[in-house]
Amino acid sequence: MTTLPAPSAKKLGLVIDLDTCVGCQACATSCKEWNAQGDGGPLTDTDAQGADISGPWFNRIHGYEVREDGRDDSRMVNFPRSCLHCETPACVTVCPTGASYKRAEDGIVLVNPDTCIGCKLCSWACPYGAREYDYTQGVMKKCTLCVDRIYNDNLVEEDRVPACVRACPTGARHFGDLGDERSAVSQLVKERGGFDLLPAMGYKPTNKYLPPRARRETYAAGVAPLPKGDGSVMEKLFSWADKLLSAAPKVEARANPQDNSDKLEG
Amino acid sequence: MNPAYSVILFTTASGAGYGLLALSGLAAAGHGPASSIGFALACVGVALALITTGLLSSTAHLGRPERFLRAFSQWRSSWLSREGVVAVATYPVALAFLAVWSGLVEAPALIAPLGIATAALCAVTVYCTSMIYRQLTTIPAWANRFTVPGYLLFALATGAGLLSFISVVFGRFQAGAGNFQAFLTLILIFAVIVLKWLYWRWLRRRKPEHSMAAATGLGPGVRQWEVPHTARNFIMKEMGYSVARAHARRLQQIAMLLLDVAFIATFISPKFPWAVAVSAPALLLAAWTERWLFFAQAEHVVQLFYGQEKV
Repeated sequence: MTTLPAPSAKKLGLVIDLDTCVGCQACATSCKEWNAQGDGGPLTDTDAQGADISGPWFNRIHGYEVREDGRDDSRMVNFPRSCLHCETPACVTVCPTGASYKRAEDGIVLVNPDTCIGCKLCSWACPYGAREYDYTQGVMKKCTLCVDRIYNDNLVEEDRVPACVRACPTGARHFGDLGDERSAVSQLVKERGGFDLLPAMGYKPTNKYLPPRARRETYAAGVAPLPKGDGSVMEKLFSWADKLLSAAPKVEARANPQDNSDKLEG
Repeated sequence: MNPAYSVILFTTASGAGYGLLALSGLAAAGHGPASSIGFALACVGVALALITTGLLSSTAHLGRPERFLRAFSQWRSSWLSREGVVAVATYPVALAFLAVWSGLVEAPALIAPLGIATAALCAVTVYCTSMIYRQLTTIPAWANRFTVPGYLLFALATGAGLLSFISVVFGRFQAGAGNFQAFLTLILIFAVIVLKWLYWRWLRRRKPEHSMAAATGLGPGVRQWEVPHTARNFIMKEMGYSVARAHARRLQQIAMLLLDVAFIATFISPKFPWAVAVSAPALLLAAWTERWLFFAQAEHVVQLFYGQEKV
């Protein structure tokens, strides 16, 4: 059914810390590895070894440069992007077949690969680019929040989290019930000022992002200036020796017409 | 948005077909039995052929067309599903209308009700088609008040052009200034010209609603520094289509020129009936160009994650 269920009390989702993410792609590759062998069938890349590689991934790690107002330096923010398991996902309601659905019990948004006709309308309806078309199977694919891990009794307790969360080496990804105010993830969102992506679109994402922490001004003040010379005899001697030794190989090198070392940078 | 030819062919061909069918139904409701079986067969036959071509070509857009029956199931929430349901429901009503209008089945009292029912189903189908696009708030170029009238008016105008052409072929095109058919076609073409002019002006002037700052939550000083993958993925191919934007202005002029040609040809058609041989194809070409631009000019919010500053 593509009509939405009543909002569930349990809202499983991710909290992604933009402060600690190092952009290592471990979450993306771990996601691909787990889901390439799951219930949704293989997650095939075409031209996998070639220049025009293409295939569905559920997690894409963007890199942004942020220049804060009034500063001339900037900071880099690694930004993992995946399905946000929205409260009001238009990707579900536009689906003509019922293949797309939002689970009433925990809010996870899924696609049934056995009934999807591959019309791609859900990908048009999603502002977050969470749904990718699988050209080899002719159906849409998306993040399942590792529904086949989190309830899986065959796995040891610590593995019953999404593959991306399990793989993250810096602890930048947190999994939990965002419908429960007392849960660790809800507390984290409260403490760190977790925010929604594109809140004006009105999709009410479940996943939250934690902003990069404010910078410590010791770094922001820039590199400490180099100590100035005191003009001593020893310093002049070293300076003279440095000049002499730096110039000498260059003169040698010029003798060789093939040498371009003076044109090389660095 | 990537202008998929299957979808453009679908919306223009089925639009013209539904326009022709609706106008035939309304004409029959006003005038009673068709002048000849051939005329009725030509009108409804061409209309249903165009609709069927369109519907079949739309399945070419699907990854799993063999599962198309499932698309009729979610009419409670999905405009695409509703469109499918109403499109299929139109067939039996249109065939019943053809039977009584052509006189194959002698039931003159049913001509008007069936004609109006057919026209209403056509209108609802095209409305559903337009709502598939109108509902997508992710694409501001579509989620606005121009989309629904655009689809309805283009369907009626192209249908009117085709109906005039068939009327001329069957010698049913009235000569002289009293030609209501030509008058109606003129009004429809004029309405299309005004609507598209207003739409394109609005599109040029609109203030972007969504920014990379809102998409990433990283504030106004954000810009793309590193892309997440080296090759173009589905999202970039489908939503990041930008080939036509460079030529948008010229293509708009071509569409407008075709509409102007159709307008002039229709204007002189009461005196020179075969001018409809110019206006009908000019209208269809204009609809094709407009529909192609409708896709190619549309920007998707997801591009904000891929380096575009505003949508």
